[in-house]
Amino acid sequence: MASLTIRNIRKNFGAVEVLKGIDLEARTGEFIALVGPSGCGKSTLLAMIAGLETITSGEIYIGDRLVNAVAPKDRDIAMVFQSYALYPTMTVRENMEFGMQSRGVPKDEQKSAIARVAALLQIEALLHRKPGQLSGGQRQRVAMGRALVRDPLLFLFDEPLSNLDAKLRVDMRTEIKKLHHRVGKTTVYVTHDQIEAMTLASRIAVMHQGEVQQFDEPQVIYDSPANMFVAGFMGSPSMNFIPGEIVSDNGRTAVQVKGVDGPTILPLTASHAARLNGSKQVIFGIRPEHVSRSGIGQKADIATIRAPVEVVEPTGAETMAVMRLGDQEITGRFDPDVAPVMGETITLGFDMSHACLFDPASRRLI
Amino acid sequence: MAEAVYTGTIDREATRANTRYIISRVVIYGLLAIFSLVYIIPLFVVVFNSFRTLPEISQNGLIAFPQSFRLDAWPDAWSTFCIGGNCEGMQKYFWNSVKMVIPATIISTLLGAMNGYILSKWKFPGSEIIFTCMLLGVFMPGQIALLPWAFILGKIGLANSVYGLILVHCIQGISFTTLFCRNYYVSIPDDLVKAARIDGAGFWRIFYKIILPLSPPILIVTVIWQFTGIWNEYLYGVVLNSGTNQPITAALVALSTNGTNVRVYDVMSAAVLIGALPPLLVYFFGGKYFVRGLTQGAIK
Ligand SMILES: Nc1ncnc2c1ncn2[C@@H]1O[C@H](COP(=O)(O)OP(=O)(O)O)[C@@H](O)[C@H]1O
Ligand SMILES: [Mg+2]
Repeated sequence: MASLTIRNIRKNFGAVEVLKGIDLEARTGEFIALVGPSGCGKSTLLAMIAGLETITSGEIYIGDRLVNAVAPKDRDIAMVFQSYALYPTMTVRENMEFGMQSRGVPKDEQKSAIARVAALLQIEALLHRKPGQLSGGQRQRVAMGRALVRDPLLFLFDEPLSNLDAKLRVDMRTEIKKLHHRVGKTTVYVTHDQIEAMTLASRIAVMHQGEVQQFDEPQVIYDSPANMFVAGFMGSPSMNFIPGEIVSDNGRTAVQVKGVDGPTILPLTASHAARLNGSKQVIFGIRPEHVSRSGIGQKADIATIRAPVEVVEPTGAETMAVMRLGDQEITGRFDPDVAPVMGETITLGFDMSHACLFDPASRRLI
Repeated sequence: MAEAVYTGTIDREATRANTRYIISRVVIYGLLAIFSLVYIIPLFVVVFNSFRTLPEISQNGLIAFPQSFRLDAWPDAWSTFCIGGNCEGMQKYFWNSVKMVIPATIISTLLGAMNGYILSKWKFPGSEIIFTCMLLGVFMPGQIALLPWAFILGKIGLANSVYGLILVHCIQGISFTTLFCRNYYVSIPDDLVKAARIDGAGFWRIFYKIILPLSPPILIVTVIWQFTGIWNEYLYGVVLNSGTNQPITAALVALSTNGTNVRVYDVMSAAVLIGALPPLLVYFFGGKYFVRGLTQGAIK
């Protein structure tokens, strides 16, 4: 059963079309991430699911119920805001009680719900404090607690971690994942951070300019991005894009790109070649981790190319190197032990089985 | 040796800087003292005169150090002095003003809070236009509305009554109270209202459970502003009401233009001070909150 179904949702602010026909669906218990750059309409979509924004056209179902005209309080949802939106004049306990009081939940039920959630989130010691007396991380917990005391059909999160510092963000990410595993509620989670989306979600909707670019499982999105936007947005450092031309090399289909010593031939795998369908010009995409030093950890489909190393950026666990390929820069991800040094010209091996080919005109995956 | 010379220079420099600092302080405090005196002396003159005897005032002039001390002018001014043929002193007018200022302040402040809440948190198509229209009231001089008010109060049977003045001050005050509250409430994050709506709270519950508890700073500002404004208002009081229905400001003027030739400076001084006392008290007790409220945002 689907807990949330969104059909052809559109949203206009005046003359500006912010959402251009969104279709999504979340199965019961699923964790859906909406990810995309700032301003792509994620928060607007979430606010429409919550009932805080009007719907220009389209349909939203929560469970089996069409909720287009249902007030936020009657939608059976709970929401965590980026700003936390804790009521500043109330204690943590009162913050958590407020929603239950509004709904007329019996006192003893309120008490047990707060006790249960406070234990779950380990915020028992904070119950008598005001939000102003809490640290950022504690506020974040309380904001989640306020959502958890209810037993809604749907949890909505709008960038709940983006106000935390980097370390805490990673800790809370793990915590949210554990929490979702335990509570098992359908969740829609908005973030601009692709790593958060990848780590948390069972399915990711990548949004750009008011449209869903791709809606699929994290690994599928990572391995077979639907278009160059998704390919570039998901993954850090980004996928390398190299313009090339399809040629035949001794009867084998290959892509020819500009190298340091003139045109270089990169032989394609059979499955890539089969999908080409007559394309002549392509964009050859390869992720930094599929760029290695030729001869190291050798696999089957390796194409080699020589490139001078321009910048080397060690991060400890791995070393990034920026290399020049014609008028293009490409990034490679190396084991520090075998990382190149600046100024050196090395022979790279591209793992062709993980390469992606895009149509230069439509920018879609071939 | 070189070190010693070096230290010497520093010492001389330091002394010079120190002297400059002291001089600048003396100048600043001197100027401040002079200005304070300029502001406070009229008050002293009035206070002194309310305790001096009339012969002494006429002999030594209005501005002079008191030679005598007498309390008689105060009870006189309060309960027996004749103003416009009514010999009950200021008390009736004082209570008129109290009866006018308290309801008018409370009602106009609550309406302002309500309007501010709607215009900042429940915007609707046209709400900005309504706000702009209300703002016009801030810039409109009271005289413009004088005749319409006289007409309206006559029509609804509230002419020459304290209730009429309450109505006038409530309506005239809404522009200011709405502006104050609305500008304060826009700094309260909208997310609070959204969270509360999801939590199942409606328009009123959000207002008194979330917005009002955040409001004391601005409510204090608004109350002080309205209280002093309405208490000190003179024009409506003197034009719309007459006789024993006038507020204290109007009565004070009647007192100073009394028919007799003798200027009763002692009683007049006491009467002025009685009239000035309530706003002064409000300022003494609320002044620091007033300044704080004007400079503070909703959420620290
Ligand atoms: N109330 C509004 N009025 C007009 N434009 C808005 C409003 N809210 C959002 N927008 C616009 O809609 C677009 C999407 O906003 P938003 O959903 O907040 O993006 P995101 O959450 O993905 O960063 C932005 O271009 C923003 O400027
Ligand atoms: Mg957003």
